[in-house]
Amino acid sequence: MLGFITKRLLLAIPTILGVIFIVMLTIELVPGDPVELMLGEHATREAVEKVRTALGLDKPLITRYVLYVKNLARGDMGRSIRENREVTKEISDVWPATVELTLAAMLIAIVLGVSVGIISAVKPNSWFDNVNRVVSLLGLSMPVFWTGLVLIVIFSFWLRLFPIGGTGTLRHLILPAFTLSLPSIAMISRMTRSSLLEVLKEDYVRTAKAKGLSPRVVILRHALRNALIPIVTLSGLQTGQLMGGAILTETVFGWPGLGRLMVRAIFARDYILLQGAVLVFALAFVVINLLVDLSYSFLDPRVSTQ
Amino acid sequence: MKHPSPPSPLREFWEQFTENRLALVGLAIVVALVLVAIFAPFLAPHDPTHQSLPDKRAKPGGKFILGADEFGRDILSRIIYGTRAALLVGVLSVAIALFFGMLLGTISGFFGGLCDNLIMRALDILLAFPYLLLAIAVVSAIGPGILNTTIAVGIWATPGFARIIRASVLTIKKADYVQAARALGASNGRIMLSHVIPNFISPIIVYSTLYMANAILVEAALSFLGLGVQPPTPSWGLMVSSGRDFLLSAPHVATFPGIAIMITVLGFNLLGDGLRDSLDPRLRNL
Repeated sequence: MLGFITKRLLLAIPTILGVIFIVMLTIELVPGDPVELMLGEHATREAVEKVRTALGLDKPLITRYVLYVKNLARGDMGRSIRENREVTKEISDVWPATVELTLAAMLIAIVLGVSVGIISAVKPNSWFDNVNRVVSLLGLSMPVFWTGLVLIVIFSFWLRLFPIGGTGTLRHLILPAFTLSLPSIAMISRMTRSSLLEVLKEDYVRTAKAKGLSPRVVILRHALRNALIPIVTLSGLQTGQLMGGAILTETVFGWPGLGRLMVRAIFARDYILLQGAVLVFALAFVVINLLVDLSYSFLDPRVSTQ
Repeated sequence: MKHPSPPSPLREFWEQFTENRLALVGLAIVVALVLVAIFAPFLAPHDPTHQSLPDKRAKPGGKFILGADEFGRDILSRIIYGTRAALLVGVLSVAIALFFGMLLGTISGFFGGLCDNLIMRALDILLAFPYLLLAIAVVSAIGPGILNTTIAVGIWATPGFARIIRASVLTIKKADYVQAARALGASNGRIMLSHVIPNFISPIIVYSTLYMANAILVEAALSFLGLGVQPPTPSWGLMVSSGRDFLLSAPHVATFPGIAIMITVLGFNLLGDGLRDSLDPRLRNL
């Protein structure tokens, strides 16, 4: 097991190095001179040169890349251009808010998605299943940023149940987390339904039923357990969806997280900060997929760890 | 005794497809959208860019069926013209992703070995970016605008296509008819063009349709953030974003464009689901 974990961790390193390279490459692609863009058109030549040297932009991409990776290994992501603060500080200030939002959304998505999926699979083609199918499709088709605005109008303006934006209490969290979770609820419920329907046809489920176990035990202990792998895989992939969606949800609800920091960095043309923010998102996603891979061998002992 | 000739695959597909009522709804929505985009100048009751400040944020009904926005522009006309931006970005970005996905996926699956390894690892890196992030990173580098948005969405969708195509190629490569063609001395290029590619057409049609739905959502999201289509071009995401500032006094400004996005995405999702059910029975129930 330990060997498997080490191997997977080692395999993640090239991906991470590649991600850093792509992020640096996109900034390299900025048309024109990023430094001139950052400083505005009134900057003097000397000022531009000075910033360029300070940022190391006068060196070739590969040299900068090696330097960035070296610094990153020491936990140094450079200093943001606008605020002139350490990027790691700026990110660690806002990171917990995004983790809180994403985790809450994930929790809602898994609890609601799996339960709705189970009910649909137990009674396929019932009215509940049909309603769920239509609602899921709607959930997948609504743009997250718009759903957020609609929920704000209904629950904050009209019903006055939740605050319009901001953070701090559970009531602040409910609306943004629910908004963010909607597409994932839909995906997870669809996957749970189809995966469970597949398993319910198996012989061991019939055996379990035949020996007189209650439907509850058959479904939860025998069927669901075996239907879990695709559900877990999908949930892992959904965290990527959630992180991307968090950028939108944070913008809509004024949630002070990494997504908003990133959007702010884009408009301020603060490429150093942007680079750090994109990197943290991508690294988090790599780590989560790693955890999902590792969970397979717990869920299904047949999955070889070799 | 005469045997009835087997039904043609196209006919069989069409019969199955038309039995699925939701799929037909999807098809109807998509066809309607294409028509709206083409005939926008004839359908729009007003000029989508004409500003009329006395009418700003006019309520729905009366002169403006869906009301007016903060500059007094007719929302309905802007939604009608917005179909063009949405479909344009959707179709072109899927075309870009399809082209590169086909190229990389076929090469990777067909030749295997080191080539396959290199391509797949490179794509893994692109897939390591959570949803939307890659598109945002690309657009923040090359700048906003309708063309750059298309490129960004296309790049974002490429790895998914390449993976699907590679998987199909791997299955087809082992099929008897490919082995037979090889035994008859067909060249790699010939096998690829006349045997491999025609056989992954149906998964490609299905995924292209489903990706269209996502591409339209990504375009809307980028435009909402101010990184996509730029004003005054009518784009639904942009319209929702501008309506954000008067949610309380004029909620209709943000509401209607959002509904347009939802119906469009729903149409492509329904159509994609229906196509999958009738083209690729193995994927049913998914």
